Amino acid sequence: MTYMQKIYLLIPLLPLLAAVVVGLFGRKLPRFTAHLFTITGVGASFALSVLVFQDVLAGHIYNGAVYTWLTSGHTSFEVGFLIDPLSAMMMVVVTFVSLMVHIYTIGYMHEDPGYSRFFSYISLFTFSMLMLVMSNNFMQLFFGWEAVGLVSYLLIGFWYTRPTAIYANLKAFLVNRVGDFGFLLGIGMVLFFFGSLDYQAVFSVAPQFADMNVEIVPGHSWSLLTVVCLLLFVGAMGKSAQVPLHVWLPDSMEGPTPISALIHAATMVTAGIFMVARMSPLYELSTTALSTVMVIGAITALFMGFLGIIQNDIKRVVAYSTLSQLGYMTVALGASAYSVAIFHLMTHAFFKALLFLAAGSVIMGMHHDQDIRNMGGLRKYMPITWLTSLIGSLALIGTPFLSGFYSKDSIIEAAQMSHIPGSGFAYFAVLAGVFVTAFYSFRMYFLVFHGKSRWMEAKDDHGHGHDDHDHDDAHHHGLGPHDKPHESPWVVTLPLIALAIPSLVIGYLAIEPMLFGHFFSNVIFVDAEAHPTMHELAHHFHGAAAMGLHAFTSLPFLLAASGVALSWFFYMKRPDIPAAIRQRFELVYRILDNKYGFDAFNEKFFAGGSRLIGSKLWQIGDVTIIDGLFVNGTARLIGRVSAIIRHLQSGLIYHYAFAMIIGVFVLLTFFMKK
Amino acid sequence: MNNPIVYDLMAARPEILVLTMAMVILLVDLFLSERHRYVGYVLSQLTLLGSAILTVATHTPGVAYVFNGMFVDDPMADVLKLMMSLATSVVLVYSRSYIATRGMYRGEFFALVLFALLGMMIMVSGSHFLTLYMGLELLSLSMYALVALDRDNPRATEAAMKYFVLGALASGMLLYGMSMIYGATGALELGQVRNALMSGQPDHAVLILGLVFVVAGLAFKIGAVPFQMWVPDVYHGSPTAVTLLIGSVPKFAAFAFFMRLLIQGLEPLGIDWQGMLIIMAVLSISIGNITAIAQTNIKRMLAYSTISHVGFLLFGFLAVGPNGYTSAMFYISAYVLMTLGAFGILLLLSRQGFEAEHLDDLKGLNQRSPWYAFIMLLLMFSMAGVPPTLGFYAKFTVLQAALQAGFVGLVIFAVLMAVIGAFYYLRVVKLMYFDEPIDQTPIKPQADVAFVLSVNGLLVLLIGLMPEWLMELCAYAIAQSIQ
Repeated sequence: MTYMQKIYLLIPLLPLLAAVVVGLFGRKLPRFTAHLFTITGVGASFALSVLVFQDVLAGHIYNGAVYTWLTSGHTSFEVGFLIDPLSAMMMVVVTFVSLMVHIYTIGYMHEDPGYSRFFSYISLFTFSMLMLVMSNNFMQLFFGWEAVGLVSYLLIGFWYTRPTAIYANLKAFLVNRVGDFGFLLGIGMVLFFFGSLDYQAVFSVAPQFADMNVEIVPGHSWSLLTVVCLLLFVGAMGKSAQVPLHVWLPDSMEGPTPISALIHAATMVTAGIFMVARMSPLYELSTTALSTVMVIGAITALFMGFLGIIQNDIKRVVAYSTLSQLGYMTVALGASAYSVAIFHLMTHAFFKALLFLAAGSVIMGMHHDQDIRNMGGLRKYMPITWLTSLIGSLALIGTPFLSGFYSKDSIIEAAQMSHIPGSGFAYFAVLAGVFVTAFYSFRMYFLVFHGKSRWMEAKDDHGHGHDDHDHDDAHHHGLGPHDKPHESPWVVTLPLIALAIPSLVIGYLAIEPMLFGHFFSNVIFVDAEAHPTMHELAHHFHGAAAMGLHAFTSLPFLLAASGVALSWFFYMKRPDIPAAIRQRFELVYRILDNKYGFDAFNEKFFAGGSRLIGSKLWQIGDVTIIDGLFVNGTARLIGRVSAIIRHLQSGLIYHYAFAMIIGVFVLLTFFMKK
Repeated sequence: MNNPIVYDLMAARPEILVLTMAMVILLVDLFLSERHRYVGYVLSQLTLLGSAILTVATHTPGVAYVFNGMFVDDPMADVLKLMMSLATSVVLVYSRSYIATRGMYRGEFFALVLFALLGMMIMVSGSHFLTLYMGLELLSLSMYALVALDRDNPRATEAAMKYFVLGALASGMLLYGMSMIYGATGALELGQVRNALMSGQPDHAVLILGLVFVVAGLAFKIGAVPFQMWVPDVYHGSPTAVTLLIGSVPKFAAFAFFMRLLIQGLEPLGIDWQGMLIIMAVLSISIGNITAIAQTNIKRMLAYSTISHVGFLLFGFLAVGPNGYTSAMFYISAYVLMTLGAFGILLLLSRQGFEAEHLDDLKGLNQRSPWYAFIMLLLMFSMAGVPPTLGFYAKFTVLQAALQAGFVGLVIFAVLMAVIGAFYYLRVVKLMYFDEPIDQTPIKPQADVAFVLSVNGLLVLLIGLMPEWLMELCAYAIAQSIQ
């Protein structure tokens, strides 16, 4: 094992070790050891990832197995690493955000009884996510995929005494089941047709199957690669919360805020994006699949943005913005601009983690009141949170020169350049999305940080949406009229600042090498003839500075600016207008408030239907047939037979001898006759 | 070595050692005071060790017929003799304190055990109707005497009486069957019998008549339904130490007896005895498992469990061929290991004036001794056939062999019956772990018992995880011995 290979192994194993130690012994050890161990683990992991990243930049790519789990026939199931620019970049992003969230958690969770458990979980998550991105085969990818899902489930239900949290984590788990089912079918088809689970082996044989058709329903044949790609994408839809499998993400906000930042914004939910980018050699072979991906992404980007407008829970606003941004990334994937999607994934990881952590800081300052209608004017009380939030929001809406601008504008251009079916709609959606994003982001920003301090006024009920700690029921939530919010401790603000810096500059620095340089040239495969998007994009690109200057005259900038202006007018200048609009367009509001009815439909149709089938199967199959007839029936029967046979054992020797002679007699008659 | 008599004797060195030592112990015992009874025990253990070492040391891969073809020294015999010596040694370790508190710690006990072992060794190496019969009778007579050794105990005496009368009947049947086959083939040596059968000349009706009686005799000795009636009563009535012996080591000999008589001698009649074995296997598995459920006495329960295990063992013989025989041999080795452990636990729980023989005696064992409760848990899981214990693998190989031979329906039936069987094994686990103990006496085994019993229990798990070496040993023994 070479020096580098040992480092590759250490990167995921250190957080795992910390998670195991803290998870098993955390309750017995002093409290500070929980964050000491896990932060050391993930910090070392981050440092090593940077080292690996530099090594990759120097041109060293590694692809190999470290452990063979089992071999069945000609298929071997291995644990292996593929360390190339894509995975190296993901490793740095994941470990960096994770490190920031670890530090932040010290402040956020400091009075929670589940302190060490929480640290154990997030370290375990870091391990799982690293296994996912570092994998060189589908099996390990699936392992990481399920492992992050499991940790996500555990963390959404972290406050397990709250029914809403349990409902939310069950929902996340079930919806992801649907996605994973498709994903597993896709992997199964890959193994069946391509004969391997190893990425390189699959990618090298895939072009030979480009014209192959399969009949899934007799009489209808589909292109094999389309089917495979779509099935894999179903998995991505579950994990990356694309319509209609998005329903779990807003509810996942029931978990503590640090994990909303880490898992449900920056890293885990982007696993689907990462996976599709990783599979670019497959997706490039199926324009149908790309079209589907693009349309789904466009729907998510626009319609989930609308929902952000009417939310009043600070975390939910950010959650819907995450959904919308994931839609943007998916659109980029569909446009064959995989590197753009990954680019946006990276910038989004920074500014969205920042926004979530800032929201968490606000929640702490507001004493666990999450309703933005009770906030206002926090700028004075929480200056660092205010400034970093502003940076995050500006980055999110695509202010020129900030990180979000470069990635988002590239996506919009990519959608414009793309010529596959559905690209027209996608272009419209992402363009309109810019306005929507700017509107809801700044609606929240203005309501939270500017205007009157509304918590001083008489308060209405705030019975829902508390990111609270379940240990002290006497703890009152929200601020009284005479309380003042306070800025958070340094362990909270330090990560905010550390995340604000890349949110400002990373786009400017990284756009050229990532999108138009050779950074991804051997990793992401684009069929330049069939899908020339990137080619045309490069044609229009004249450097990051020029792009930023040019933006001031472009349509997206105008849309964003008008979105900000309108939200200022509505929520700062004339707060009566939104209320009037809401009354005038009652129906639209109702539709949005019901989230287009996805939840109600799922609840009625899928959940209700499953329960109906389940209860019927239970009553007829379980209670009557299996329990009644088979289990209890046979048990009763055997019990009776047993009691009868027992009496044959009379204890009398002549009975025994008689039985033997009868036995011989029967055998004789039976076999002599033959 | 050129002298043929010396050559013959060399092949039987382990037997000669056991015979000599059995007589030495009888004589030495006459001169021992009560305080020095342990000398007999030590001598017996040394004998068993010596016999094991001799067996290994004189092992050669080939097959050698000696004493004019009456005695055979082949790898199967060597492997089985080694296992029997070791198993007998374990029996003595477990039994020592039990027999010491019941006035059986005497030369007779050890001499009888060694004579029984000698009988089994002869059965294992017999290649002639007469040697086989002689070995069987030596074993049986020693056993009758052992059961009755505690002669003031009416239950033991009754059991011995039943065992003796029914055993005599079975021996008579066996002998009668052998004489019929001799009449038809004119041969007593297994190889010659086989050749005569292959020639196709003997009268088939006479052969079948003989075969039925032979099979009945065999079935009695191994305890297959409908010749199993003695098993529960004898298991129940005997002192537990003797039950341990009856239940374990002789099964090796019975396996060899089947191999010698049915496979090496009467294989040409395979189609006929296969049918008989099917009937007995099905009956044994079902009656054994179902009746065991109704038992409250754990010795009786284990007796019925033995009957059902015999049914599984017979499945191995159904799959005619090395695969089936290997699986049967593996099964019998697994069975003996599990039985030793289970009765070992019962002996551990017994003490002066108290017989642990009711299921209730196991209640709350976990609170009294978590370690031995765990060992018993392993043993019960193994008997029930729960992976990854040895018992699972044993059942699996036997059923796999039967499946390959095409007995799909029978295999399904056997699996269903194994599910029923799991009930009474798991009930023991439930009693140990979830019930309150009735008896709070602390469990303090001697060091050797503690060690051997722990190794015994853990082996059930370890071999279950790594069954290859035992499987290879059995495969080697069968492949080298059966042509």
